[in-house]
Amino acid sequence: MTAVKVADEHPLDAIIRADRMPHIWCPGCGIGIVMRCYAQAILDSQVPVDQHVVISGIGCSGRVAGYMNIDSYHTTHGRAIPFALGMKLAKPELMTTVFSGDGDLVAIGGNHLIHAARRNVDINVICVNNFNYGMTGGQVGPTTPQGARGTTAPYGNPELPFNLPYLLSASGANFVARWTTIHVRQIREDILYAFTRPGFTFIEVLAPCPVGFGKLNNIEDGLEEMELYRQRCVRVRDGDVRGDDLNIDLREDKPIYVGRFADRDRPPYEPVKVEVK
Amino acid sequence: MMDDLRVLTGKHFMNGDEACAEGALAAGCTFFGGYPITPSTEIAEHLARRLPEVDSVFIQMEDELGSMAAILGASAAGARSMTATSGPGLSLMMENLGLAVMLEIPCVVVDVQRGSPSTGLPTMPGQSDVMQARWGSHGDYEIVAYSPWSAQEMFDLTILAFNIADRYRTPVLILGDEVVGHMIERVVIPPKEQIDHWGRKRPKEPDNGRYEPFKVEDADLVPPMVHAGEGYRVHFTGLTHDERGYPDMSAKTHHQLVTRLVNKIRNNADQIIRTEGYYLDDAQILVVAYGCTARSAQRAVREARQKGIQVGLLRLISLWPFPEALFQELAEKVDTIIVAEMNLGQMSREIQRVTGRPVRGVFHAGGEMIPPESILEAIREAAA
Repeated sequence: MTAVKVADEHPLDAIIRADRMPHIWCPGCGIGIVMRCYAQAILDSQVPVDQHVVISGIGCSGRVAGYMNIDSYHTTHGRAIPFALGMKLAKPELMTTVFSGDGDLVAIGGNHLIHAARRNVDINVICVNNFNYGMTGGQVGPTTPQGARGTTAPYGNPELPFNLPYLLSASGANFVARWTTIHVRQIREDILYAFTRPGFTFIEVLAPCPVGFGKLNNIEDGLEEMELYRQRCVRVRDGDVRGDDLNIDLREDKPIYVGRFADRDRPPYEPVKVEVK
Repeated sequence: MMDDLRVLTGKHFMNGDEACAEGALAAGCTFFGGYPITPSTEIAEHLARRLPEVDSVFIQMEDELGSMAAILGASAAGARSMTATSGPGLSLMMENLGLAVMLEIPCVVVDVQRGSPSTGLPTMPGQSDVMQARWGSHGDYEIVAYSPWSAQEMFDLTILAFNIADRYRTPVLILGDEVVGHMIERVVIPPKEQIDHWGRKRPKEPDNGRYEPFKVEDADLVPPMVHAGEGYRVHFTGLTHDERGYPDMSAKTHHQLVTRLVNKIRNNADQIIRTEGYYLDDAQILVVAYGCTARSAQRAVREARQKGIQVGLLRLISLWPFPEALFQELAEKVDTIIVAEMNLGQMSREIQRVTGRPVRGVFHAGGEMIPPESILEAIREAAA
C-alpha cells in the first residue's frame, strides 16, 4: 500500500484562508469550483490583490467571502449588491466583486440586482445558480425549473423561473455570461475579462447541489449533474439572448445555452460632479 | 474653496431638514444614499444639490433596504455616510441597522418622524418611532439616538451624531419630527475650525499580515477600524465572530461578542448622553419632554413658574442610551413626574421602569404638536 501523500502547499494558499478549512460545502457541491476560478482570476489580474474586495450575501455561496483571504464582507440576505455599490462609489479604486447565490441575488435581492444593472454601476457579480436554497435544505426559488421538486414544492414547482441572462441583458448590464461548473477555463477567463470591463458585469454559473436539489430531482450526485451539463451545453453566439430557449430544465433533454449574452459599452454609473465657480 | 463650500459659516434662515443636510456637510459626510419619503425628503433634495459641489457622492437608491446597505458599504470603505427617512423607511432599514451594530460600522440614520403606524400621517408630526429606534432590529444591542428640538439642533446634533458614530463604531439615529424638519428658523453655522471632528480610531500598520480587526485593547471596548483596500485582508461578517473576524458558532464567543457590543455603549453612556434642565433646582414637579414637544413643555413650565408652581423641565437631547442615573437622582427630589410625548406612552414607560414611580402622561398619537396648555393643565392638576 502506498503511503498517502499530503501536499504542503496549494497554489491558492496566498489568497484563501486556509485556517478556515474545512469548508461547509457538501460533497459534490459546485461552489468551490467557482471560488477556485475567482481566486485564480484575482491572482492573474492586473489589479493588486489588496485592491480586490469580495462582498457576499447569505447562503452557501455567501460563505465564499469568509474563505477568501482578501478584504471580505459577509452582509445580509439580498443586500450584498447595494453594500458593494456604496463601497465602490466611496472608494472607486477597489475592484468590487459580489459573490453570492441565486436565492440571495435574484429572490430577496432581485430589486437591487436589476437596479444595479440598470445603473450599470461598476461592480462584478458572480452568481452561483444551483436552482434551490441549499443552506436551508432544498427549498424552491425563483430559478427552480417548473416542475422540479423542492422541500417547499413536494408536488413539483408550480412557478416559472427567471431566465437570468435575459433579465440582466434587458436590465442593462454591460457584460452578461452563463457557464456551468464544467467550464472552469471559461469562468476564470470571463471573471478576468469582467475585471477589465467598466460597468455592471454578471456571470451566472450553473452548479450542482446534489444534497439540496439533486436528491429530490433524481440526479444521483454532483458528477451526474456535471455530465448532464457536458451533454447538453450549447454555446451561444455572442449577444444571443433568445428568450424562452434560455430556460433551464435539467429533467428533460433540452439544451442548456451558455456563453456570453451581452458585451457592450453603456456608460458606467458615475456620481454627479459639479464644478463650482 | 471646497472647505468654504462644506461649511457655510454665518447666519441662515432655513428649515430643519436643510439644517441637518448642512450639518452633514460640515461634519465631512462624503456619501448619502437615500429614498424619498415625506417629511425627510428635503434632506435628500438638499444633499443632491450640495454633495456634488464638494466632490462627494449622492445616490438615490431603489428602496430603503438598499439605502441602508449602501451607506454601510461606503462607511466600511472609509466614508462618513448618512441616510434620511421617515417611519416606514426606518422599518425597512432595521435589518441592516443590526448589521451596522454587529460589524461595528459607523453611520448616521436620520428619521424625520411622522404620524404612524403604517402610512399614517405622512405630512404631519409624530414621535412614535422612539421605541422602534431602540428595539427595532432583532437581537440584543444598544443604540444611540438624539432628538433635536430646533433647526439649529438639526445642524448641531447631526455633527455630534457623526462624531459619536465614529468614536464608538456604532449607528447613530437622529430622531427628528415633521415640525422640527419643516420649521424655518435661524441657524448659525460656526467657522470651520470650531466644528468638532473626532474621527475613527484607526489601526497601526499591519504587523505581519495577521491583524485581528475585532481585538479590543482599550477600556472603551472599541476596536480600531480597518477600511477596505488597506492591505489588512480583514473579514467582516454578520455571523457571530471572534477577534479575527472569523465566524465562530459557539455560545461562549456569542456571549462575549454581544456583551462587548452592548457594554461598548453602556460603559460610555456618560460621554454620549445629552440633556438640558430648566428650573430643576427646587422643582417638586418634573416635566420630561423631547423634540418639538419640549418647546411646548418649556412654555408650559415657564407659565407655571410665573404662577408660583415649583416645576422644572428635563429636556432629553439624547433618547438612547437612556440617562438612568439622572432619573434615579431626580426621582428622589420630585413629587410628580409628567411626561409629554407625541405618542401614547413610549419614553414614559422607560421613565417608569427606571424610577419605579408612576408617571403622569400628556400623550397624543400624533398629527399636531401637543400645545403648551395641555401640559400646563397637567402641571396644575399635579400642583393642586
